[in-house]
Amino acid sequence: MSRPPTSDGSTGSPSGYVLPAEGLGELFDALVRRGYTLVGPTVRDGAVVYDRLSSPQDLPVGLTDEQEAGRYRLRARPDRAYFGYTVGPHSWKRFLQPPERVLWRAVRDGDGFRVEAAPEEAVRYAFVGVRACELAALAVQDRVFMGGSHTDPLYRARRADAFVVAVQCGQAGATCFCSSMGTGPRCTGGYDLVLTELLGGEHRFYLEAGSPRGDEVLAELPCRPASPEDRQAADQAVSRAEAQMGRRLETQGVRELLLRNLEHPRWDQVAGRCLSCGNCTLVCPTCFCFAVEDTTDLSGQVAERRARWDSCFTGQFSYLHGGSVRATTRARYRQWLTHKLATWWDQFGSSGCVGCGRCITWCPVGIDLTEEVAAIRGSDGLRSGREASGENP
Amino acid sequence: MSSLPLDWSVPRPAVVLRVRRETQDVRTLYLRPPEGVWAFQPGQFNMLYAFGVGEVPVSVSGDPGHRDVVVHTVRAVGAVTTALARVRPGQVVGLRGPFGSGWPLQEAQGRDVLVVAGGIGLAPLRPLVCGLLRHRHRYGRVAILYGARTPQDLLYRDELQRWRARFDMQVEVTVDRAGPDWRGNVGVVTRLLPRAGVDPAEVVAFVCGPEVMMRFAGRELEALGVAPSQVFVSMERNMQCAVGLCGHCQFGASFVCRDGPVFRYAEVRDRLWVREL
Ligand SMILES: Cc1cc2nc3c(=O)[nH]c(=O)nc-3n(C[C@H](O)[C@H](O)[C@H](O)COP(=O)(O)OP(=O)(O)OC[C@H]3O[C@@H](n4cnc5c(N)ncnc54)[C@H](O)[C@@H]3O)c2cc1C
Ligand code: SF4
Ligand code: SF4
Repeated sequence: MSRPPTSDGSTGSPSGYVLPAEGLGELFDALVRRGYTLVGPTVRDGAVVYDRLSSPQDLPVGLTDEQEAGRYRLRARPDRAYFGYTVGPHSWKRFLQPPERVLWRAVRDGDGFRVEAAPEEAVRYAFVGVRACELAALAVQDRVFMGGSHTDPLYRARRADAFVVAVQCGQAGATCFCSSMGTGPRCTGGYDLVLTELLGGEHRFYLEAGSPRGDEVLAELPCRPASPEDRQAADQAVSRAEAQMGRRLETQGVRELLLRNLEHPRWDQVAGRCLSCGNCTLVCPTCFCFAVEDTTDLSGQVAERRARWDSCFTGQFSYLHGGSVRATTRARYRQWLTHKLATWWDQFGSSGCVGCGRCITWCPVGIDLTEEVAAIRGSDGLRSGREASGENP
Repeated sequence: MSSLPLDWSVPRPAVVLRVRRETQDVRTLYLRPPEGVWAFQPGQFNMLYAFGVGEVPVSVSGDPGHRDVVVHTVRAVGAVTTALARVRPGQVVGLRGPFGSGWPLQEAQGRDVLVVAGGIGLAPLRPLVCGLLRHRHRYGRVAILYGARTPQDLLYRDELQRWRARFDMQVEVTVDRAGPDWRGNVGVVTRLLPRAGVDPAEVVAFVCGPEVMMRFAGRELEALGVAPSQVFVSMERNMQCAVGLCGHCQFGASFVCRDGPVFRYAEVRDRLWVREL
């Protein structure tokens, strides 16, 4: 098997290794020694979230998740798996594009003001447990925040420093559809190290490096060279996930399908269910929109500009003097879905959806984009009665 | 590393040199460029920041030939624009820009020019007119059609008079409603289109106003035989970063702040007719 290109273009080590499960702590130690702050899956409030990790025991050991549209539940596994679940409500974007941050402060100075750049916490993250769909999501956000004429320096710095430990999925969830989106379940690049957890027989990890940095870390671990059986077991684990894929989205011509159906009655139908709560945008690993807020302290002498995640489901999002451009839920859901699956291609040359299924699971009313697309496909060309009146802003 | 400033997000202080009252709720601000001299394309905009209140997109409304002053015409409609309209000479506002696409005046060389403005929409078109008059000989017939709500809402009144007095340019003004002492046109600006003495096959049209006005102006111009590729419009959307990152200004696949605000009408025509896009 030839090695796929990796994030920094190197080919990494040519062969796989095996790390006994007890050796996972040594990986953590090696990363901490290099000055990385480890973040990864851990359990909080009944869900797998991403937060700081100090040891493998912080991982959701022996737990798995059950997901369906509008439903998420953790339950015990029969084994001590470290990575025996799929993705939860968090994604890595929260570390690269923090949910809220100060962009700058300004101090009044006579009739004018002086801007001081906000002190930014310099953190070098190691992301532990990044799935294939999430590697794809990182690549999508890279194009948003680093691919254009203006970039986000915080994102850029944190991304360049981040050490990525990917984990192959050994199982897929009921809301997963990465194989439809061509983003998984197999990690094929964009990581420094990739682990496959092997649970049958000896509890161990099959391990490959994807970059010189990964090679260096790997060299410090109590590994042994992988046998053909180890390699085969690793391969089978991912094939199992592939076979379990819970959802499917037909992507053939989906951009054109949506753009020629902007007046389809299905938008009215989904608007009847959607609460316009914005959960789907918060959990989505590629949604990037942010709002800017200007404030002053009580004295009025110090002003601050903050950026925080925003959602196209709010009325404020498209506000112009006189009202919102997208005043109805119909227009907001349509904006979100057509952006994800259609206009994202025009803007960034890829789909904005990586098939992680989060928006399906975490929608309080279980709206499922794969179902919405299928419904429109099933009645392509149908138009709702309304026509543009020209009266709106 | 202690700080990672988003340089494009940092406004630079610009001293207010002069404030001109245009109408009851519109002021034109003359600002000293933060960097001494400054250049922009007619149709581009800046982000103007009122200390602690907020920041909004405002078109540059000055003469592109004057590089020692930044001119903005602001209508007070909400928190930020009201704060901006209240500034006094000597005070400071924050400025970053210029951003976005400009009016492609070069496409009009050797051709007729039609300028269609509604309300505050005249502000982003004023630099275009100034640029055009500077090299008047390069263009064929020139017509300006301008509509305001009432006679009291007309911007740049002295300048309109001067433009009207010229023999090489047709200027038509209309208002939505007026008292008995108004002797000019009453009605929407699109009604003036058939009266503009320009050749539909030869004209390049530049249109800015409320979206509904641009929609109908586009349709009317097409009906008169003007090719949609020869019409340009300036779109307005919520903007917070002005550099295509915050996502607010999306209009279909376009980021209006970066791909616009000036668009070729042929490119946006279909989208303009989709409600709430
Ligand atoms: C490219 C461009 C050029 C413009 N040029 C001019 C101009 O030359 N002169 C002028 O008077 N106005 C212009 N505007 C409109 C001006 O930006 C809005 O009137 C202003 O944002 C209203 O802010 P506010 O805080 O006063 O109003 P509020 O109603 O209190 O607005 C609250 C917030 O909503 C957002 N918002 C509201 N209305 C708009 C809007 N129309 N466009 C974008 N964001 C909005 C802003 O973030 C604002 O801070 C332009 C807008 C755009 C997009
Ligand atoms: S749109 Fe939904 S399935 Fe697609 S990447 Fe976003 S959260 Fe995941
Ligand atoms: S689709 Fe679901 S999650 Fe998204 S805004 Fe509507 S109700 Fe909320």
